[in-house]
Amino acid sequence: MNKVLLSGNEAIARGAYEAGVQIATGYPGTPSSEILATIAKKYKDDIYAEWSTNEKVAMDVAAGAAYSGRRTMVTTKQVGMNVLSDALLYTVYTGTERGLVIITADDPGMFSSQNEQDNRWYTKLAKIPLLEPADSQEAKDFVVLGIGLSEEFDTPVLIRTTMRVSHSKSIVLEGERPSVPQKVGPFVRDQQKYVCTAMWAKKRHPVVEQRLVNLARYAEDAPCNHVEWAEHSLGIITSGATYAYAREVFPQASFLKLGMTFPLPEELIRSFANGVEKLIVIEELDPFLEEQIRAMGIDVIGKEIFPPYDELLPDRLTQLALESGLIDEAKGMTHSVTVPTDLPARTPVLCAGCPHRSTYYWLNKMKMPVAGDIGCYNLGCLPPFNAQHTMGCMGASVGVLHGMSIAGVPEHAVATIGDSTFFHSGMPALLNMVHNQSRGVVIIMDNGTTAMTGHQDNPGTDWTLQGKDAPHVELEPLVCAMGVEKVLTVNAFDIGEVERGLKECLAYDGPSVLITKGLCAQLDRTPKTSYMVNPNKCIACGACLKLGCPAIVKADKVDEKTGEPKAEIDPGLCVGCDICRQVCPVEAIQISKGRESQGER
Amino acid sequence: MKNISFLVAGVGGQGTLLASDILAEVGMEAGYDVKKSDVLGLAIRGGSVLSHVRWGEKVASPVVRKGDMDYLLALEPLEAMRGVEFLHPKSIVLCNTKAMPPITVSGGSEVYPPREEVMRVLQSAAATVYFVDASAEAERLGNLKVANVVMLGAFSTLLDVPRKTWESVILSRIPQKYVALNQHAFHTGCSVVKRSQPS
Ligand SMILES: Cc1ncc(C[n+]2csc(CCOP(=O)(O)OP(=O)(O)O)c2C)c(N)n1
Repeated sequence: MNKVLLSGNEAIARGAYEAGVQIATGYPGTPSSEILATIAKKYKDDIYAEWSTNEKVAMDVAAGAAYSGRRTMVTTKQVGMNVLSDALLYTVYTGTERGLVIITADDPGMFSSQNEQDNRWYTKLAKIPLLEPADSQEAKDFVVLGIGLSEEFDTPVLIRTTMRVSHSKSIVLEGERPSVPQKVGPFVRDQQKYVCTAMWAKKRHPVVEQRLVNLARYAEDAPCNHVEWAEHSLGIITSGATYAYAREVFPQASFLKLGMTFPLPEELIRSFANGVEKLIVIEELDPFLEEQIRAMGIDVIGKEIFPPYDELLPDRLTQLALESGLIDEAKGMTHSVTVPTDLPARTPVLCAGCPHRSTYYWLNKMKMPVAGDIGCYNLGCLPPFNAQHTMGCMGASVGVLHGMSIAGVPEHAVATIGDSTFFHSGMPALLNMVHNQSRGVVIIMDNGTTAMTGHQDNPGTDWTLQGKDAPHVELEPLVCAMGVEKVLTVNAFDIGEVERGLKECLAYDGPSVLITKGLCAQLDRTPKTSYMVNPNKCIACGACLKLGCPAIVKADKVDEKTGEPKAEIDPGLCVGCDICRQVCPVEAIQISKGRESQGER
Repeated sequence: MKNISFLVAGVGGQGTLLASDILAEVGMEAGYDVKKSDVLGLAIRGGSVLSHVRWGEKVASPVVRKGDMDYLLALEPLEAMRGVEFLHPKSIVLCNTKAMPPITVSGGSEVYPPREEVMRVLQSAAATVYFVDASAEAERLGNLKVANVVMLGAFSTLLDVPRKTWESVILSRIPQKYVALNQHAFHTGCSVVKRSQPS
């Protein structure tokens, strides 16, 4: 067997291969995105993979493929599950014909999400089995197990990772791919199962309940749940990445390590509880296991000690264990040196050459309220722009703008939304604005990609995840067809055009759309020349510094009159986008002759 | 087999993750159980990047506790300073000398710690600190990007793993046309630590 070092996400992709998965869908989102990227790269000939327009669409596609006889996988980040859930709930009633697993990558510690929700609850709501891998080996094995459970019990299965499982690497033993059908037969016409109309769906509900009882019975002997006996004074029930941390902090304790965390194996838990003097549950985020175990009438401690927010990394776990008297002393060396508190931060900034910069430059100057959305452009909420005043979930900006407008906010407000986010969930909200007639400018920031999560394709790109050609959907005709009567497209690298477009739209009494178009700096491969500041002309006014461009820095030279530092351009970072030249009031910024930009592209 | 823990620190775009991936794979090839965990700041480019790598008989957690890191491999001095609380009095530090001021310094009003301060803090936290001007070496080789491989070359001399294991892991991860360059970078790194005095 081949031994390889894989991240959890790479291992899940490998698991899909070894489980005979033939269709994989999803919508990008950290920390889940590498799963489909890996499938598209490594298993292209065996597994069809696509970025769907949103998570719900991805789930519907998966349902259709599984109904048709293909083993299928869907991937999402934790908040994507909210979008996906409407589709999930019907597949619970219909069952899936062939195996269907959903991967949700949760984000305790909130490294890249707008909330810290615990998606394990979805399995209680939907009444489906839940698997929680602790490392890459399990991440791979649980996909195979999940597909097996899905087919045995005719149900979708949820596999939940966390950032530390998805993005950590550990050693995996690879297996083989089973043989899978090349062709599928005619579509099964079983209406009473696959049409969830009330009269038929009502008959499916008892099936769902019985299935859950059967699954609980299975869980008692499931190979992924196991006891590790050591000292009997302390017993720990845990799952996922937390297992690894707890193993380190409590080397003497006995463990019940659960790989399947819904439905729970009641008998197994009861016998473990009877074998130890003190029983604790260690789980990140909500008391999902704890509440269920309490409901069995078993005395257990959990959230009293381990708070329901943030990660429970070994450091924090050690601290909490010491404070609550679970351990007397911490093993390992203690550190004596603390990090100096005055170290300069590395705050995130829009890249040099980012097409979003010009829009936020004007939104900052014009000071109107801005309903924001999620993507790289969310950095517009930070200095030097401070020009996003709401941000909640993908696609929210357009609905929020409409709400502000009908509420009668006295200023003319705008929404900012990226191209991928617009396709994901901005479109229904824009139609709503058109139909219900409100005033407001929707700025679609079209950088030609889904940049924030790693430059995935979307309907606006002319290629797909698997590298096939795709029709490039133009935003302007699309928006016109949706009934918006005022639509302008401007060059995002021309700040005059952006200003004029914005003013024209703001003056329009109705819903309007401004498309600011400019390719993402990370994708633009056209050679450009970097710029320089002529120190003799620079008056140290700071106008260019207000662009928040990482290539523009304060020089050592100061202006003699004001004592303010002049500006300087780092040729190693500048990609020659030209925006700073346009904002300079004294033409001090010019092309650096003969100097091809070295800025990273 | 004793557990060995490494902290790898750098700035997005410097190849920090590639360096820590290589370090993890070298451990695996040398017969260890291996785990690693990466934390990326919000900004992929220009943000802080921290990686934990562990080698051992059987490694449980991919995340290491403060005070438990045996080695710090830093591609940037400011990022090295952020890692000192992970070190213990016997730790060894290998730090690239080339500073990359964040925008809060270059375009704002914060101050980058002076060289002496960097040295003072690192030396107070560890047993041995080596500084390597890996970026200058990389520039001499004609490509700033290979500073991370220069650092790995230097780092390899501090560990008890055959040089050919390092080379085969590094070369397996490099596109064909950059193989010679990276081989050069690695060898440069190997000799550079011998030249620089431990301080
Ligand atoms: C429901 C949901 N799915 C996925 C994400 C992850 N996510 C955040 S922003 C983003 C896409 C951004 O693309 P785009 O709107 O084109 O903006 P860009 O980053 O390119 O500027 C994604 C997929 C999320 N936050 N919520």
